[in-house]
Amino acid sequence: MNKLLLSTAVAAILLAGPASAQSRDTIQIAGSSTVLPFASIVAEEFGNAFPDFKAPVVGSGGTGGGLKQFCEGVGENTIDIANASRPIKKEEIEACKAKGVEKIQEVQFGFDGIVFATSSNQGDFKLQPVHVYKAIAAQVPVDGKMVANPYKNWKDIDASLPDQEINVAIPGSNHGTREVFQEKMIAPGCKEAKLPEMDKEAMTKACETFRQDVVVEISGDYTETLARLQANPSTVGVFGLSFYEQNRDTLKVADVSGVTPSLETVASGKYPVSRPLYFYVKGEHIGTIPGIKEYTEFFLSDAVTGSGGTLEGAGLIPMPDDKRAEALKAFEDGKTVAAK
Amino acid sequence: MTVSAVSSPKSSAAASSPNRSRIQASLKRRRGAETRFRFYGIASVTIAIGFVLFLFGTILHDGVPAFWQPVVKVDVTFDPAVIKVEPKPVQQPDQSPAAFQRANLDWQRKVSLLNWNRIVENSVRAEAPDIQMTPRDIQAMISQNERYRLRNMFIENPDLLGKTVPVELLASANVDVWLKGDIDRSIASDRQQLPEAARTLADRFYEDGRIRMAFASVLFTNTDSRNAPAEAGLLGAFIGSLYMMIIVIVLAVPVGVASAIYLEEFAPKNRLTDLIEVNINNLAAVPSIVFGLLGAAVFINYFHLPLSAPLAGGLVLSLMTLPTVIIATRAALRAVPPSLRQAALGLGASRTQTVFHHVLPVTYPGILTATIIGVAQAIGETAPLLLIGMNAFVTSLPVSPLDQSTALPVQIFLWEGNENRNYFEPKTAAAIIILLTVMLALNAIAIVLRSRFERRA
Repeated sequence: MNKLLLSTAVAAILLAGPASAQSRDTIQIAGSSTVLPFASIVAEEFGNAFPDFKAPVVGSGGTGGGLKQFCEGVGENTIDIANASRPIKKEEIEACKAKGVEKIQEVQFGFDGIVFATSSNQGDFKLQPVHVYKAIAAQVPVDGKMVANPYKNWKDIDASLPDQEINVAIPGSNHGTREVFQEKMIAPGCKEAKLPEMDKEAMTKACETFRQDVVVEISGDYTETLARLQANPSTVGVFGLSFYEQNRDTLKVADVSGVTPSLETVASGKYPVSRPLYFYVKGEHIGTIPGIKEYTEFFLSDAVTGSGGTLEGAGLIPMPDDKRAEALKAFEDGKTVAAK
Repeated sequence: MTVSAVSSPKSSAAASSPNRSRIQASLKRRRGAETRFRFYGIASVTIAIGFVLFLFGTILHDGVPAFWQPVVKVDVTFDPAVIKVEPKPVQQPDQSPAAFQRANLDWQRKVSLLNWNRIVENSVRAEAPDIQMTPRDIQAMISQNERYRLRNMFIENPDLLGKTVPVELLASANVDVWLKGDIDRSIASDRQQLPEAARTLADRFYEDGRIRMAFASVLFTNTDSRNAPAEAGLLGAFIGSLYMMIIVIVLAVPVGVASAIYLEEFAPKNRLTDLIEVNINNLAAVPSIVFGLLGAAVFINYFHLPLSAPLAGGLVLSLMTLPTVIIATRAALRAVPPSLRQAALGLGASRTQTVFHHVLPVTYPGILTATIIGVAQAIGETAPLLLIGMNAFVTSLPVSPLDQSTALPVQIFLWEGNENRNYFEPKTAAAIIILLTVMLALNAIAIVLRSRFERRA
């Protein structure tokens, strides 16, 4: 009985604790799974380099999920930084504002390529955007009319493609990668496919409706896409270049528009499917949560995101030095996206 | 056996032969049914054991090698040409402790800014002067955080300046993968993760014994790491799980046992208590992810508990464990023979005395088992923790239940998603082995305590 009382007392103390909780001293980050490895490395190095700050805590959830958490409001139980593999959308800025998050500071820190890859024992793909569009669109133009997608095999689309059943694993809509995939691959492909005349709305719909039987949307991380490739070897998966770099032994990458994706071709802009990577800082939290400013400055330092820096070793494509300096200056000046 | 005695009546000629054959046929059928049922039983047990053995077999096969990892023995020279820093400050007689502390921190910061990569690089280069290596080749070989170890060695003991000492540096994750053959060694160089020079060097060092496989103590002494996967460990997750376990024991057990005793021994039997009972049973069937959603809404958004903290996780898991404890305790109380209560009441004990002096002690083994099974279930739970932000990358050790942390099963989930598949697949299996060991240990404790209590009771 005494023990029971004692443990109840302990429980009461435990519960009373958070009521008087001290302010949070660790930066809380969530968002894009493409940015996650980079942000984690920076967080760890930050903790090592600054003995007076704790290493930030980095969560996942995809760009959309991260920004949703980011826009939940201002205060200690909301995150401070959202990682994103696409720019923040207008609706998201509005959602943020509605909850009182006004100072959204955008920080671009580098680039990543989006690659199409198959298991290493499959055929060589030399893709054009139009091939991918024709492979996954629900309806495609045949003789000037829209018909249900008849293609079963890549070689039916184009004789140069391998004799392989069409199966595509694309990132789900919670991922920023999906947005870039549609914008840089499907949109030009749709244009090239020469759809018959139709109004704008119908055109967008025709371009962005994918058939469900061969397209799998992956809402998890790239490892899930990889597992899908292992389960069904004929699948073509969409990955970030940095993930591919870590798994070159099991993946084979496809050329897009005649360019093989690599650090060099993405950095030079030759490879068409690339995107900038960002993180968004909650301006309201700077000064309340210690270390946000230092973390951002550290992130944009030459040793971290410069060429030859830590993150390049992990597969990030660095920005030119002047762009990086610009990004740093914009952050230090307190420039917010809402003001754009 | 009695059946066969009836079916072979020697004396009676009255048993007509059609009757007899009918009985024999039915007998055969029933015996057949029995044999078949036994066969099905044995078959299902075999299949179940087969699956378990297969599961354990693959996990052990994959995971056990990850308990050893390569370390490279090199002579590290603390070269004064690279370590250009003034001597470590010593406390002056006229200096205040605060000023000394500040000077010391300043000095440490200066030491941190030195190029410790260069020290690592020079040490490795000196071991194999004939192989052409770029700085990147060497960085790819030695785990990234080893430079901080050298730095800390120097901070601890500044006399090392200018000296050469043998140090065992952890090899990088990719060297581990290469030496263990977790990557296809025959594939073309441009698809390998490790640069060619590093591969040659790793093989040579392994042959002449400068690389040896040491016990991977980092698994137990380090927190998670992305920068240096070879140094990623489970300590942070383990502490997180421990905090949650304590919270579950402290909250769910007393509350659960108290409510069970009240409901079973004291509460009147009416509609209200029936309703409560039904709801408790329903609660036990609620999927854990729902408790996670509830936790996120109530503990995080309403009570403003910190995200990713074991406190919030522990509270969610307590809610989840509560029905298990209540139901098991009630079952244990119900199993106590009424004669015990009647005897106690008959001798003039009050109801409280009856319950606490006579009934409850008999149920200790049952309550204990329920508690440990509930806690073991809670420790292995992942889904609700994902919703309260515990699936984050945390490198610092949680010093209190209010600090951000992960938990063992969540760490397994995170490692499973790591992009360096070749390295993290075995490492994930190793983490699973550790989690299973913790669970088995808990269950063993339950069995031991139970048998001990039973003997006493």
